[in-house]
Amino acid sequence: MSIALEHASYIYDKGSAMAHEALRDVTLEIADGTFAGLIGHTGSGKSTLVQLLNGLLVPTSGRVLYDGRDIADAAVRKRELRAKVGLVFQYPEHQLFEADVLSDVMFGPRNLGLDKEEARRRAGAALELVGIDETVYEQSPFDLSGGQKRRVAIAGVIAMEPRVLILDEPTAGLDPQGREEILSLIRSLHQASGMTVILVSHSMEDVARFVERIIVMNHGSVFADGTPAEVFSRATELKEIGLAPPAVTEICRMLKEQGWDVRTDVTTVEEALETILSGLAHRSPA
Amino acid sequence: MHAITIGQYYQASSVLHRLDPRVKLMGTLAFIIILFFADSFYAYALAAGFLFAMIGLSTVPVGMILRGMRAVLMLLLITVLFNLFLTPGEEVFRFSVLKITKEGIDMAVMMAMRLFMLVAASSVLTLTTTPQKLTDAIEHVMKPLKLFRVPVHAIAMMMSIALRFIPILAEETDKIMKAQMARGASFDEGNIFRRAKSLIPVLVPLFVSSFRRASDLALAMEARCYHGGEGRTRMKPLRYEMRDAAACLVLLLFLGGMIALIVLF
Repeated sequence: MSIALEHASYIYDKGSAMAHEALRDVTLEIADGTFAGLIGHTGSGKSTLVQLLNGLLVPTSGRVLYDGRDIADAAVRKRELRAKVGLVFQYPEHQLFEADVLSDVMFGPRNLGLDKEEARRRAGAALELVGIDETVYEQSPFDLSGGQKRRVAIAGVIAMEPRVLILDEPTAGLDPQGREEILSLIRSLHQASGMTVILVSHSMEDVARFVERIIVMNHGSVFADGTPAEVFSRATELKEIGLAPPAVTEICRMLKEQGWDVRTDVTTVEEALETILSGLAHRSPA
Repeated sequence: MHAITIGQYYQASSVLHRLDPRVKLMGTLAFIIILFFADSFYAYALAAGFLFAMIGLSTVPVGMILRGMRAVLMLLLITVLFNLFLTPGEEVFRFSVLKITKEGIDMAVMMAMRLFMLVAASSVLTLTTTPQKLTDAIEHVMKPLKLFRVPVHAIAMMMSIALRFIPILAEETDKIMKAQMARGASFDEGNIFRRAKSLIPVLVPLFVSSFRRASDLALAMEARCYHGGEGRTRMKPLRYEMRDAAACLVLLLFLGGMIALIVLF
């Protein structure tokens, strides 16, 4: 079970004067159960890439494979594919429309042709996963707080029980606390369900702490692909394309330049603390 | 990301494009009004000549103007048929109950010409004038209505805001549709009722976001001390240039010619 792109390119408004190549010859494979981060600037092609993965866009050339099957194949039903590859758009709360929370979350499962009972069961399970409690079920989604709306919107996709969950900038527009809550929610979702999770972001900081693999996009191509430590070890190149490595990685790199004995591939505050403490220990005798 | 063309403005820098929008607006109105008084072949020939000259000056491809005609083709056809068969007068041709009269032919040709030129003239206006400039011109031209307490400035402001938001809402619609498709929605399945119903998940969020945008915009305008049209100056004031005077002269000559032909024949 995996999802893969093979030499996929995508051109907007092909054949017109406004033609614009958003994705250029991208080949990558994301194995089942991976927690991956997709990073890049606005316009780097990351949003286009995720829309290829669930068939909302069809590549201009190249293929998208789900479980080894080309999704352009007529035998692959788009709706089933979209159920398996759940995509949560930016500001997903802007897509809420039902009169109450529960019905809104049931929208996806109902579209899959499930009966009311089953849709309700799945919606309940999804809402529980995102930490929305039953007292809120009957409320209008428009009356919820920002963070709650986003949770409900994410539940709307999870209720379809996807194998792959893609979240496009899930923390955009939230305050630091809300951001933290959503990120740890996503991590626990990954741990609890074993879903493949692809977290799209322009912030290294958000992604670095959680993911096992980082894919950096630049101008429509894959710029770097590897574990966070591997990717952040190319700090200078990252800075050239305008992406800042996490602050802790930067601090360690600067300390190293000053002659400290510290690792430069750290990505979390805890790792940094450890290596700086050991660096201090080495220095103190002098 | 997608290019969305508002209205049908054709980007170019012809004389007509550079002309003051007020002159173009009034000119088009005058042309359309005089067209309804024209009742002879000569008058129509002059009007057609003038129109073709303007199309030539505009540098807009004729194809684009003809494309605008497609919308009124049905109307044109019906008008011609009704006039052709239902005008009483000297009979030239008869097919059982249907008869075509000499007056009918005259009438049909005249109506067709009138409609054609009317639409072509307004197309030339909208093809050579940005919606923004057109709104400005409308505000200026409507100024006298202020005497009757018509909120001219507010109307013009609403028109320009509406125009400004068309591409934004189009993009938003696209986004919402995709998001609902990601939840398994489909917009092209089933009969017309099912399709109409499938639009609810798009329309509700679209309305909600329009209201949100409207209130954000109102707040942003108030924060910058917007308080209506009173004493407000413009960033790009409309100013008459020499070419506008020349254009008015040409227009007057044309109108004079039309009136002469209408009176004489």
